[in-house]
Amino acid sequence: MASTILQLSGITKRFPGVVANDRVDLELKEGEVLALLGENGAGKSTLVSILYGLYRPDEGEIRIEGQPVQIASPAHALRLGIGLVPQHPLLVGRHTVAENLALGVGRFWFPAQRMVPLIEQLARSYGLEVDPHARVHQLSPGEKQRIEILRALLRGARVLILDEPTSVLTPLEAEALFRVMRELRSAGKSLIFISHKLDEVLAIADRVSVLRRGKVVGELPVAEATKPRLAELMVGRSVSFERKRAEPRLGPALLEVRGLQARSSRGLPALRDVSFSLRQGEVLGVAGVAGNGQSELVEVLSGLRRAEAGTLSLEGKPLVPDPARLFEMGVAHIPEDRIRMGTVPPMPVSENLALREYRKPPLARGFFRDLAAYEQRAKAQVQQYAIATPSPSTPTRLLSGGNIQKVILARELAGSARLILAVHPTYGLDVGATEQVHQILLEKTYQGAGVLLVSEDLDEILALADRVAVLYQGRLQGPFEVGSLTREEIGLLMTGSSLPTGQGGAA
Amino acid sequence: MEEIWNALGRALSFGTPLLLASLGAVINERAGVVNLGVEGMMAVGALAGFAVAYGSGAGDGNLYFAVAAAAGAGVLASLLHAFAAITLRANQFVSGLALTMIGLGVAGLLGKRFEGFPLFNQAPEWPFTVGVVLLALGLAFVLAYTRLGLVLRSVGENPAAADALGIDVVRVRYLAVAFGGALAGLAGAFLSLAYRPSWTDGMTVGLGWIAVALVIFVGWSPLRAIGGAVFFGLLYYLQFRLQGQSGIPTEFFAAMPYLLVIVVLALAGLRRVQGAAPEALGQPYQRGER
Ligand SMILES: Nc1ncnc2c1ncn2[C@@H]1O[C@H](COP(=O)(O)OP(=O)(O)O)[C@@H](O)[C@H]1O
Ligand SMILES: [Mg+2]
Repeated sequence: MASTILQLSGITKRFPGVVANDRVDLELKEGEVLALLGENGAGKSTLVSILYGLYRPDEGEIRIEGQPVQIASPAHALRLGIGLVPQHPLLVGRHTVAENLALGVGRFWFPAQRMVPLIEQLARSYGLEVDPHARVHQLSPGEKQRIEILRALLRGARVLILDEPTSVLTPLEAEALFRVMRELRSAGKSLIFISHKLDEVLAIADRVSVLRRGKVVGELPVAEATKPRLAELMVGRSVSFERKRAEPRLGPALLEVRGLQARSSRGLPALRDVSFSLRQGEVLGVAGVAGNGQSELVEVLSGLRRAEAGTLSLEGKPLVPDPARLFEMGVAHIPEDRIRMGTVPPMPVSENLALREYRKPPLARGFFRDLAAYEQRAKAQVQQYAIATPSPSTPTRLLSGGNIQKVILARELAGSARLILAVHPTYGLDVGATEQVHQILLEKTYQGAGVLLVSEDLDEILALADRVAVLYQGRLQGPFEVGSLTREEIGLLMTGSSLPTGQGGAA
Repeated sequence: MEEIWNALGRALSFGTPLLLASLGAVINERAGVVNLGVEGMMAVGALAGFAVAYGSGAGDGNLYFAVAAAAGAGVLASLLHAFAAITLRANQFVSGLALTMIGLGVAGLLGKRFEGFPLFNQAPEWPFTVGVVLLALGLAFVLAYTRLGLVLRSVGENPAAADALGIDVVRVRYLAVAFGGALAGLAGAFLSLAYRPSWTDGMTVGLGWIAVALVIFVGWSPLRAIGGAVFFGLLYYLQFRLQGQSGIPTEFFAAMPYLLVIVVLALAGLRRVQGAAPEALGQPYQRGER
């Protein structure tokens, strides 16, 4: 039996309004991968921040190889052999890889230069390829992650914590990461792997601990774990992975786009002669690798970008390039970057909820704001959309991603939304929040709204959409009935290949 | 020919304090702290240097002590800014502006009793000039090739990353600001001990402002600061030449330093050096912010 390297008992951490960790017990053995599973806001990042010395626990004890320790700072954690690969890399973008890795440990003279051979040697032994002379801001998220792993290893970490490492990776990069993780495990390192993706947990972990609302609600060897069981533990109720749609009740045409052309911000053609229509009650999926015109399409439809040519109409009325007027016409926009574009992070939830309708009564009373109305409306929406927030006056930046997304949905769908532009609506959300967001969108279609669903997640499109179109270099292929194409065929279209003739067929 | 040599000599005379002060500002800005108080710190340094050199009244004070006093006064003045900008996380621009006004005001007030007295033990200019060029070379090396430089740059680029690795961001920034203060004080000493061995109110003639703008112009590089300082030293000299000869009103020349600052920044804009600014420049650092 492998010995215990790290033991947490009764760890409690409170933030104003929330208990982020509630008497958490956890044990990590030598040479194992422990998955820490939980929805957004369950307290995973808080727990590892405590382990890494970023936060002090309010209660509880941490033992390393049986010795109680007080972890005072990340530097201290590293000395104790605990390394963290944070969710968002903490690197100096302008510096080289070697300079980043030399920071804090390098020699006085030529610290970065002397680091290079060490880096190369470690990189070789664990398959962590990275060019020590490259500037960090030029690297992909996957490469940045490798630097963080190297950093922990260079400092002799025996425990490596990875906070949602796959959320920024492509499937191929994620595979490469898993190989590295297995390599590390067989070298005797212990890993804590944080995720809310069940398949990954089942693929890589030896043991799983599930956190819900700050509490450990289950701990089991991966051999005994199944997807439904983990999901139920995580969410606290059974979760369906099916998006059973009530028989689609498609109405008359809602959105008509003909011959649309637009340029990107850099002045290059981004949309070339795009035409399609969207019917009431329909979900139209737009698939494609990011950067093939999806952003521009949504920007034109939401009034943020001018079309160069083409006609756009919503229920027969022409669309104007004015976001406020489009919203009045029933165009709701769930933007790609939910934090920077979707909300004003330091503003309270109640104000973020009001951003679309602050000009009208009851929120506005002539020149003034009716703060009571803000509060009242926010309370109702928080309840309706099950937004987990300590109060309507909490700054939105303190909410988890899923709850921020629900704030945006509540705001955008508050009007009589006819056309919903949803861009990566569940990117980075956990299964529970994903299910809720999907339900909200589907419900709107039952009320006759149309959804333009832009997503890189093919599973999401296949689960929700009635028809799918593919954007490649600004040209739209399709739309096709969802059932008429296989995943592989859609994948082919995404790379610019055309389908053998007679396939699919425009609907 | 002689005219050109003369011009170049005067350009170096103005270039020396410019380079001193901008090197200091390069260092504190590379650590992420903008200090607009250079002009004020320079004035304080000039007065402190003069006061010590003036000694018992016959100008018989020790020049080494005088130089050290100037640097020390610059450091003390800069610590006001450091406290406001780093510890209290005040707006760095406002705090720096305040420091300039305080520095000029205090130096003007305390300097009244020295006004118009000459200094007999004048310091030579060349040690300052040679020293500052060597310093520029040394700083460029230290920034690029030593742990000290790496730490300093990291703190200016991404203090959160540095903090997470056990680097004391506050301490590094304090030291960098103090270094900037010391060099601004030395620039002042150059003026009051060597260039024009005397004390007059307003003797810094806007050089501190140029130094601040120069930092941007040279893209935060100590090496390029040498060239930049010579170039703007020359412009400064030309301005004084014209002042003596033409019929242009003196108010115009009084405004010259500030026009020059605008020129410097416009040129910097053309060269697109803004992108070279340290990532966290001007931003107070607070741990664990979300
Ligand atoms: N610095 C903070 N201040 C206030 N609340 C916080 C802070 N950090 C996290 N929280 C809250 O603590 C809870 C747990 O968050 P977190 O640990 O980030 O969850 P996870 O990583 O599992 O998504 C959430 O409700 C979150 O809003
Ligand atoms: Mg997290």
